[in-house]
Amino acid sequence: MNPTLINLAYLIAAVLFIVGLKGLAHPRTAVRGNMIGALGMLLAIVVTLLDQHIVGYWVILAGLVVGSAFGVLLAVKIKMTAMPQMVALLNGFGGGASVLVAGAAYIEIIYQGGAAGRQLTISTAASGIIGAVTFWGSLVAFAKLQEIMPGKSILVPGQQVLNALLGGVSAGFGVWLVLAPSDVWTYWVLVAVASVLGVLVTIPVGGADMPVVIALLNSYSGLAAAATGFVLNNNVLIIAGSLVGASGIILSQIMCRAMNRSLGKVLMGMTESGGGPGEGEAIYEGRIKSTTAEELAMIFEAARRVVVVPGYGMAVAQAQHAVRDLMNLLEERGIEVEFAIHPVAGRMPGHMNVLLAEANVPYDKLKTMEEANPSFQQTDIAIVIGANDVVNPLAREASDSPIAGMPILNVDEARTVVVIKRSLSPGFAGVPNPLFARDNTLMYFNDGKKAVLDLVSALKEAG
Amino acid sequence: MEAFVMVLTVFVLAIFVGFEVITKVPPILHTPLMSGSNAISGITLIGAILSSGAKLTLLTTILGFTAVVFATINVIGGFLVTHRMLGMFRKKD
Repeated sequence: MNPTLINLAYLIAAVLFIVGLKGLAHPRTAVRGNMIGALGMLLAIVVTLLDQHIVGYWVILAGLVVGSAFGVLLAVKIKMTAMPQMVALLNGFGGGASVLVAGAAYIEIIYQGGAAGRQLTISTAASGIIGAVTFWGSLVAFAKLQEIMPGKSILVPGQQVLNALLGGVSAGFGVWLVLAPSDVWTYWVLVAVASVLGVLVTIPVGGADMPVVIALLNSYSGLAAAATGFVLNNNVLIIAGSLVGASGIILSQIMCRAMNRSLGKVLMGMTESGGGPGEGEAIYEGRIKSTTAEELAMIFEAARRVVVVPGYGMAVAQAQHAVRDLMNLLEERGIEVEFAIHPVAGRMPGHMNVLLAEANVPYDKLKTMEEANPSFQQTDIAIVIGANDVVNPLAREASDSPIAGMPILNVDEARTVVVIKRSLSPGFAGVPNPLFARDNTLMYFNDGKKAVLDLVSALKEAG
Repeated sequence: MEAFVMVLTVFVLAIFVGFEVITKVPPILHTPLMSGSNAISGITLIGAILSSGAKLTLLTTILGFTAVVFATINVIGGFLVTHRMLGMFRKKD
């Protein structure tokens, strides 16, 4: 096929990607948007297969079949609670593919005795480094989320110095590759060093910081694809890669702002440690009011507006379907129910929304922090289920707290706050939560799912 | 150099387009956004196809084949799981 036609087809594909992403601006148009994006991809793949440089189709076909089989299996089998792992894995494969494609293209040129210009060598080095960091970083993130590795922060002594050193060494090999393009081995050394860097950058990242890292790796996988586009001189790779790069950067920014943490601190595993274990006891002493399902059922009888605040704990307890039952029951009795979702609730951006959507909660009930906060004063009951730091008033009140300045959901403004939790243990930030000791807070100690199911049956009996 | 500036122009402009488009995606769709954009970054598949189909050396063929597998998982897995997720977002009745 004529190269001009191929490039025109790539242009159409790039436009389809942009139109597709635009569709994601609303749940109503999102399904179509995703299909438009997929159509762009199909077009790009089909015209590439018609390229005259391709002489052997069996290897391609085999790769496509194997990849499709795995892809379909993953997409169909994955549970919605495991979506962060799935995205981590996909980020990794994207980064890995970039390393391999850039490497193969570079070797091809050297092998054919072609001139390796600066654009080729610099972008090959960039693709190798970013891609390898993405691949290994994502595998570590996957292992942590899947609980193959401990999810908490793992700190290696002298880590920051080591990371800087590894970054410097891989960049050094990058310079070598640029200056002496025929030394192909430098590429693999560079990839190896960047791989170690990818592992070391991700292992200090603990639980609640995961959303930032997944978003960042998402961005890297895009940037690696864009760098590969520079290697191949291919515009559609550059455009698609930079769209994804921009998307990941925006999401990481949103996540960092929502935790009032800098990207640097997240990556270095720096969690400002909270007060000692004794501090919580002093705050909670004699002020915790524990409640039961029966007692709550009576309070709900008088309620007109209820807001549910879900956190990662809801996903762990698989309580989302029980929460949906509670919502239905309350709505049957004329009580307004909404959900207030903090940007970093869960282990990836938007995680809670997907879980609730899967449980058939209509999306117009899912409110963002900005939408929900002004409404808590008119709320009779706020139910906090599996969330902790994102509703901690210390973030507003104590300037010396590790979570100071973090935007929170102001559930304490509701007439009554019901906190469903197993114990008084602190959240990821390791600080006690004075919300639990407030006059208008009732602690409902139980497993998330069982707590909601008991509440539903108590409501049915009372009603 | 001329050619490089051309691709650089495309890169910079695409980043700006990306920022404009992505900031309009609401938080409730951030997870599908990530999986969907992941599928789009699987565009490296076309580079992988070119490498594995050129049959130059055994090494480049192996690299190309592995890259085709990785990128296809990205493309197929990404678009499909996004479709599955987006199908769950429903308005009331």
